[in-house]
This record gives sequence, structure tokens and C-alpha cells, in this order.
Amino acid sequence: MSAVTEAPVELVRPDPRSLAGETGMVERPRRRLLPFDPWHLFLLPLAAVMLLPLLWMVVTSLETEAQTFHFPPILWPGTPQFGNYLDVIRDSAFTRWFWNTTVVTVTVVASNLVLCTLAAYAFARIRFLGRAFIYFVILATLMVPLQVVLIPTFLLVKDLGLLDRLGALVVPNLVNVFGIFLLTQFFRTLPIDLEEAARIDGASRLSILLRIVVPLSLPALATLAVIQFLWTWNDFLWPLVTILTNQDAFTLQLGLATFQGSHQTQWHLVAAANLMSMVPMIVLFLLAQRYFVRGIATQGLKG
Amino acid sequence: MARVAFDEATKVYPGPVVALDHLTLDVADGEFLILVGPSGCGKSTALRMVAGLERISDGTISIGDRVVNDVPPKDRDIAMVFQNYALYPHMTVEKNLGFGLRRRHTPREDVRQRVDEMSEMLGLQDLLRRRPGQLSGGQRQRVAMGRALVREPEVFLLDEPLSNLDAKLRVQMRSELKRLHDRIGVTTIYVTHDQVEAITLGERIAVLSEGVLQQVGPPQDVYDHPANVFVAGFIGSPPMNLLKGNAAGGRIAVGEVEFVDRQVPDGEVLVGIRPEGLHPVGEAFDGPVFEVSVEVVEPLGDEVLVHGSIEAHAAEERREAEEVALLADGKRDRATITLRLPPEERPKPGSRLRVGVAQHKVRLFDAANGLAVEPR
Repeated sequence: MSAVTEAPVELVRPDPRSLAGETGMVERPRRRLLPFDPWHLFLLPLAAVMLLPLLWMVVTSLETEAQTFHFPPILWPGTPQFGNYLDVIRDSAFTRWFWNTTVVTVTVVASNLVLCTLAAYAFARIRFLGRAFIYFVILATLMVPLQVVLIPTFLLVKDLGLLDRLGALVVPNLVNVFGIFLLTQFFRTLPIDLEEAARIDGASRLSILLRIVVPLSLPALATLAVIQFLWTWNDFLWPLVTILTNQDAFTLQLGLATFQGSHQTQWHLVAAANLMSMVPMIVLFLLAQRYFVRGIATQGLKG
Repeated sequence: MARVAFDEATKVYPGPVVALDHLTLDVADGEFLILVGPSGCGKSTALRMVAGLERISDGTISIGDRVVNDVPPKDRDIAMVFQNYALYPHMTVEKNLGFGLRRRHTPREDVRQRVDEMSEMLGLQDLLRRRPGQLSGGQRQRVAMGRALVREPEVFLLDEPLSNLDAKLRVQMRSELKRLHDRIGVTTIYVTHDQVEAITLGERIAVLSEGVLQQVGPPQDVYDHPANVFVAGFIGSPPMNLLKGNAAGGRIAVGEVEFVDRQVPDGEVLVGIRPEGLHPVGEAFDGPVFEVSVEVVEPLGDEVLVHGSIEAHAAEERREAEEVALLADGKRDRATITLRLPPEERPKPGSRLRVGVAQHKVRLFDAANGLAVEPR
């Protein structure tokens, strides 16, 4: 045996569209009228429409208060007012809100990743009495809107003595049914052979979960983390209901709302504060993006 | 190392579907046993029961002197190679090889040493830092075997390990596997649906069909003396020719042709003749002779397969559905027959051949139950 006689290692996957045998189609050399894909003619204006509000917010955050009310809108402030950002941080409890939101969001995301993984693995792989029924019941709760359970949950949180505290925002969200659903479906797609091989290799259930299943599920876990992060970070209704008077427990969304007074709204400050509150989400998305690309779970199987 | 003993081992799936029916089979210490049969015959189930991946519905399986029915896979001291290799895609080759050892709390130094030894033995030294996705099929195959062998298991289980390789690599890996077994001498159970693999690799082969053990023995024995019609049709490529005959007074009539007397009870029998048991003969030949109309000639280089028909009835019951359909194609009173000839005797399609039968190569089966008639 020698490695020399082997077929050369394929480091680059061939583009599946070029494999005539796989698609049954033969790639014809296309005559190009444009130096780019025609789809871009449609996608570019769409992207512009999507970006416009964001751009306007950026512009507004750099304007003076007077400029924000000017009509027609000013598209570029002569001298950008970067001081607006400092004003927000200095004159409001912005850092406090930011910290509170970070604590709540990080806790909720972390607990969801752990608890949903455990629950989902059980539903996907362990046989137990009533598995299908319990899974069905849990999934059914997905259909109940938040507004319906708002009052019962509020009463529960109140009984737990968590009102007006960050715990009120964390405890009801420690585990999210959607996460269980998402991960269960993903775990079911993982090749069972890998887990059987690990069992024979002497791995325990927990070891299989941690060393085989979780590393192969990073795309799903990253998706869940980002979705949960967005939900928690941007949640307004639940904090509004449970954080009543304690300003120290305000989250960003509650805090941002205080900028809108009943008589007057300082739009340039609202825009600046909002932009700052968006930074973590943008960073997270950029970080998690590489996990969204197709998983590698099937690469250990036949060649 | 250890022997493996199936004792009336049975697997019933809900339905109920009997996947394995009272299998009793002994695999000796250090033996290379092949479980062979068509897909769905229960061979993989049997293997997975040894591995502990399937519960045993009834009967027992022992490894060494220990009944392992309720022993979890990790405590059975077995290793398995999966059909699709099941390498951990997120780990390097080195980590894949060492995974089982690390789970058993082998000291780090020992793990490294054994992984090094195994990778040297299988020629994987240069690939240790790669991941499975960066390996060719043959390389993955070797990593999968290395991962199983590095733990020095009592029993080595292989589930169709070569079926995902291309034909050339398969032949190469086949001989490599044999050499590996000669060197390590570990008790090995090898599952395949490929009867060529079975005959070339095994010290003994066990033929399964529909969950029932049909025959066990050395490959040549099974080939020469199939225990029943199923084995006769399954082992050997092309399969044994099976023709309907009538035994009366010690003579067997197949169409117009008569075979000399044997100790056969009167009644309907099936006459089995291997393709190499038939040869073109001249007028002087005094044994049984078939007039074959040659239909298809397949030159294989070192030999020629000749498919033709004779005036006789084929034993169709046990054949595959599409084969039956082909046979029934307007010639019910003719049976297809296959010959294996040296290339220089290649006939023309459409010609007629006088074909003599080597009598000592003829096998007889009871038409009612398909069992071999003659005493072995």
C-alpha cells in the first residue's frame, strides 16, 4: 500500500453545476452581455431600499437638533455632530442600560444553548415513554402568542419576587421552545453512524453529545444564538411590563423609549442611542456568519 | 482475542419482522468469518448485535466466555468499521485514531505511541493532521480500519467496508485486509453482499438468506457443495445453472438429455451445473450432451461467458423477479444456460453448440424443498 497510488486529494469541491452527470445538464458557455450577473440589476436597488432607513439614521445622529426638523430633509449635515453620541452617554443612563441588556441577553443566550441542546438531544436520540407526545405538546406552545401568556407569566414572576429586577427578564426566557425545535430537527439529520461509532469507542452519552454532536451542530447553534440574541436584545414589551419603577433595571429598549417625551423628541439623540445599541448585533452577526455556511457533518462519511 | 458464539440468536423488529432467525454459529478465536447474503438477509443485523448496537430479542451471543446480551458496546471489547466509515468529520486523522483510546483513559503518551504505530502500519503518517473531508475514499477507509484496530480489540467487526470504493481500489484493499488479518490475527467478522469478496477473503463463509443461516463452511466447500438451491444460485458468478429434471429408477431426465444413475429417489429434482462444468464436445463424447443455441457472448479477456438456451425447464422459483421475466420471454419450454469457456473456444451468437456435462460437477437438489440431495 502506498499513498502515492491513491487518487489525489480533493481539497476544493468542484462546482456541482459543472458536473454534467449530477444534474443531467450540460453547462453551455453563456454569452455575457454584462460584466456582472443580471440579477444584480434587481438586487442592487433592493439593497439600496433596505439600507436607506439605516443611512438616514446615521445621518440624523450626526445632525443638530434643528437640522432634524428641517424640510426637505438634509441629506448631509455640514459639520457632523459626533458630540451627540457623547451627549447620550453623559446625559442618560445609557451605559447602565447597555450593561443590563448585556447581562440579560448573555445569560438568556447561554442558558438557551445549554438547555435547548440537552432537551433537543433527548428528543432526537433517546427513546423514552411518551417522547412523541411530549414533543408535540411542547411544540404546540409555539402557537400560543406572547400576549396570551403575558398575564399568567407576569403573575408567576411576581410570585417569584422578581418584579422590577433583571431576573424577571431572565427566568421566563431561560429556555425557548423554538430552540428545542430547531436543534431537535438538526440533530436528527446528523448521521447516526457517528454516534454509534463513538459508543463503540467507549464514549458516554454526555461525551457523545459534547464531543460529537455539539461540534457538528455549530451552524444550528450559531443560528439559535443569533436569533435568541436578537429577540432578547430587542425585546421591549416584556421589560415594559415587568420593570415598573426601578430605573436601575432598565434595558436599552426601555431606556431608548425615554428619549421620546410626550411634548418633544430629540431625534438626533434617539438616532445616536439607537445606533450604539445596534453595534453588538452587527458584531455578533459578523462573528457568527461563518458558521451559517453549510455544515461539515457529512464529510467523515463515504467518499 | 476471543471466540464469538451465536446461540439461537434472534432479532425481531416491531411489525413483527424477523431479521435474524435463531442463528447458531461459532466463530473461532482468530478466525476470519464472512457473513454473506443479499441485502435484507440479516447479516448486518447479526453484526450489529455482536457490536451491541441492536438488542438481542432471543437467544444469546457470547464473546469469549461471556454472554454479552446486556453488556453495553463499550464494554464488549469490540471494534467496528462502518460501511460509510463514520469518521468524526471535525477531528483530524490523529484525533480520530486516538478517540477510543482517550475515552478509555489511556495515558497520553501511550495514545500517541499507538496512534503512531497504527498510522505507520496503514501508511497514514502523512495524513495525521488532515480531516476526513480532505481524504480520498481509500484513505478514509484505512483511517476507519486504523481507528478500530488501534484499540487492539478482541473482535473486529466490518460492515461492508469496501462497498464504497471503486473496483480497482476494492481489489487492492481486499488483499490488504487479508494481509492485515494474517498479521494481527484478531477474530474478525466481515459482512458483505458481494460473494466474490466472500470467497476470496474468508476462512469460512456463512451464507444467510431472509434471516436464516443457509450454510457455513470454507469458501471452496460452499462453492463446490452448496447446501441448497439458494446457496447454489448466490455463491458463484455467474451462478450455477439450475434445470428441472425427473428422476426415475436411478436415471434423471432433463429435457431430452439423460444423466446416469445415482442414488436419487424418484420424483422431481433440480440439476445444478456450474458454468465451468460444461464444455463443447465432439461426437465421440459419451456423457450427457446439451444442444445449446448461443444467444449472448461476453468476452472477459481471460475467459468467455456464453449465455444460451437448451430444451429443458429452468428452475425459476428461486430466481430474481426480473430474471424470471426475461426467462419467460416467449420460451417457456427453454431454459437459459451459462457456460464459462476459454477465449479461444469463443462461439458466435446464433450458432449451436454441443455441450457435454462433466458428471462429477453435477449437483442435485430436491425440487420440493431445495435441499441438496446427494450426501456430502
